[in-house]
Amino acid sequence: MSSFSEKHTITALVEDRPGVLNRISSMFRRRGYNISSLAVGQSETSGLSRMTFVVQGDTKTVEMVAKNLNKLVEVIKVLDISDENAVSRELALIRVNSDVSNRGEIMQIVEIFRAKIVDVSKDTLMVEVTGDEDKVDSLVDLLATFGVHEVMRTGTVAMSRGVAFESLSGPEN
Amino acid sequence: MIKKGSQIVCESLLREGCDVVFGIPGGAILPLYQTLPEYPELRHILVRHEQGASLAADAYARITGKPGVAFATSGPGATNLVTGIASAQMDSVPLVIVTGQVNSWTLGTDAFQETDITGITLPITKHNFLVMDARDIADTIKEAFYIANSGRPGPVLVDIPRDAFIQQVDYSDEPSIDLPGYSPSIKGNNRQIKRAAKLISQAEKPVIIAGHGIIISKAYDELRNLAEKAQIPVITTLLGISCFPEDHVLWTGWPGMHGMAYSSLALDEADLIIALGMRFDDRITGNPQKFAVNSRKIHIDIDPSEIGKNISVDVPIVGDVKEILLELNPIIEESVHPEWLKRIDQLKIEHPSLKLPQTDKLLARQVIKDISEITDGQATLVTGVGQHQMWAAQHYRFKKLCSFLTSGGSGTMGYEVPAAMGAQVADPDATVWSICGDGGFQMTMSELATIVENRLPVKFAILNNGFLGMVRQWQEIFFESSYVSTGYSGNPDFVKLAEAYGIKGIRVTDKTQVKPAITEAMDHDGPVLIDFIVEQEDNVYPMIPSGMTVNEIIEENLDQKVTS
Ligand SMILES: Cc1ncc(C[n+]2csc(CCOP(=O)(O)OP(=O)(O)O)c2C)c(N)n1
Ligand SMILES: [Mg+2]
Repeated sequence: MSSFSEKHTITALVEDRPGVLNRISSMFRRRGYNISSLAVGQSETSGLSRMTFVVQGDTKTVEMVAKNLNKLVEVIKVLDISDENAVSRELALIRVNSDVSNRGEIMQIVEIFRAKIVDVSKDTLMVEVTGDEDKVDSLVDLLATFGVHEVMRTGTVAMSRGVAFESLSGPEN
Repeated sequence: MIKKGSQIVCESLLREGCDVVFGIPGGAILPLYQTLPEYPELRHILVRHEQGASLAADAYARITGKPGVAFATSGPGATNLVTGIASAQMDSVPLVIVTGQVNSWTLGTDAFQETDITGITLPITKHNFLVMDARDIADTIKEAFYIANSGRPGPVLVDIPRDAFIQQVDYSDEPSIDLPGYSPSIKGNNRQIKRAAKLISQAEKPVIIAGHGIIISKAYDELRNLAEKAQIPVITTLLGISCFPEDHVLWTGWPGMHGMAYSSLALDEADLIIALGMRFDDRITGNPQKFAVNSRKIHIDIDPSEIGKNISVDVPIVGDVKEILLELNPIIEESVHPEWLKRIDQLKIEHPSLKLPQTDKLLARQVIKDISEITDGQATLVTGVGQHQMWAAQHYRFKKLCSFLTSGGSGTMGYEVPAAMGAQVADPDATVWSICGDGGFQMTMSELATIVENRLPVKFAILNNGFLGMVRQWQEIFFESSYVSTGYSGNPDFVKLAEAYGIKGIRVTDKTQVKPAITEAMDHDGPVLIDFIVEQEDNVYPMIPSGMTVNEIIEENLDQKVTS
């Protein structure tokens, strides 16, 4: 068991009811857990949403996060999918300074990252990128040299590959 | 059949076995109150402050094992409940609270007496609901009872806008529960139970620490069977007091900040701790890094999030403690630990934590000892919070199961009066003694009127030290006796106060009057209040200062004269 702090990805299937997000964020706040990112959307079943949390902490903390999430009545299933067997993606929109002199250079970088330019104005470009957190971070870093105006990130969504995944919050943990 | 929302509330409560409701009406909940006469089986007890309702419901629940029910109106009525709800949450007590809310179409407009009570109680309830349509009331109340009293119990609040009480809807269906995310584990994992049995067989110095979970799950016999079969000493937590008869040879007190020194030392010396339905609270562990480091630990609890929270354990078992002990007891081997039991007897002699100093002064502890003797340990004891609470827990010898009610997790002063009321309502034949602080009593004494109105023969013993005694003790020990805002110079004449309510009042100022006064109170057929003017600056010992270990325990010097 690792005791150092690292990022963990947890997903939760929850009832889609008013106040659910409030209950969850209240629990995180009260217990002092750190959420690096949170993404919510409808699941494959109507009436149920899926949430992806990226949580900073050691193994024990993350285990407690999962247990406390599970304790909430409206939370149906909690999974830790931190292992490399998961696909995690986030989408970001980045508005970067650009004029004719550097547009080509930026477009090259965008190309390498398989990102897209989705809007152009006289002195800015808007870049859309999808990827895991590290990829988005690197692109933002690179673009920072040109001057980044605004970054809008969705937060990570994640899904494990294949079918076998381990529940963190089973009672016998 | 067409019914009003308010009728559905009453019928749903009755269906769940509720027979008593504590509350106060007001505009938003009035339609519900106006329906009560149609349901005479639902006894409503009109309290004087909503905090009294939630705390009385708490005690009612602890005694009956059924959720305690309270009503309040929107806004201030609902917020007055909050302290009792928070206490119930901390002590795992099932409550179902119904609050009236402003009309649904005015929600969110800061309407008169609108308060977001589901928002306010979100972190202090097990769950809460806002029911916008009378068609959802029956299902919601069924779910509320189920959530409140299954798994680890706790308070559930159901907020209902005024118009939903009046709304007429077709009501015929049997209510149903639809809670896909809620399924408490009851049965323990078999493999873990076997591992636990093995550890118990190997242990040379085992000790059980039994918590509130034993009482909640009524696992009294199973606890006793385990203890007797393997000859394991039984320590309880504060809330576990009265889960194991204290005249049993294996009873070994309770540990922690103000617990008996020998209990804390036994935990420290043990090689195996069997923790049953408890949560390693910081008042027990002190510094968790240094708590009971010589032992392996089996932790049985119904709440998975309690396992490994404060203390790492070797064998965790999640489930209902009674179910698990029923599996575990048959597979453990009969054994004896004469050396270990002898060692514990020796600890009891070396650390006589329950011995009183020789003095003619009237010590609060003496009062508890005398009540214990005269009631033969068969009373139900309800306390407030402070020195008197600790002395009650130390010096009363509880022989009746589930007979000690105290606010443990929250430490809610003022619990003593309404909770004694709730306990007496729950068990009219019980002898209920309310051990009060002069501070806490004044927080909720308005319920004396409710007690008189309902002819509840509660016996009140105010251990009147003229101080917020426990805080004064901390000031004495940690702040060089600088008694900032802890002395009460304006206490009322509690005897006259009792008489003003039509309650028999007795004042005791001398040690020799204690027993006669207690006997007089017991013989009186109705509520009695005794104002014991006790030694003002007596301290609760032993004491393990916050965050420390048993090595830093402060014990009373019995040779030294008591300060005056
Ligand atoms: C509602 C509330 N307010 C404040 C406290 C802090 N507190 C803990 S013990 C105590 C003193 C209690 O005084 P009293 O009821 O007279 O009991 P004593 O300690 O004197 O026996 C106080 C103020 C508390 N526990 N609860
Ligand atoms: Mg006092």
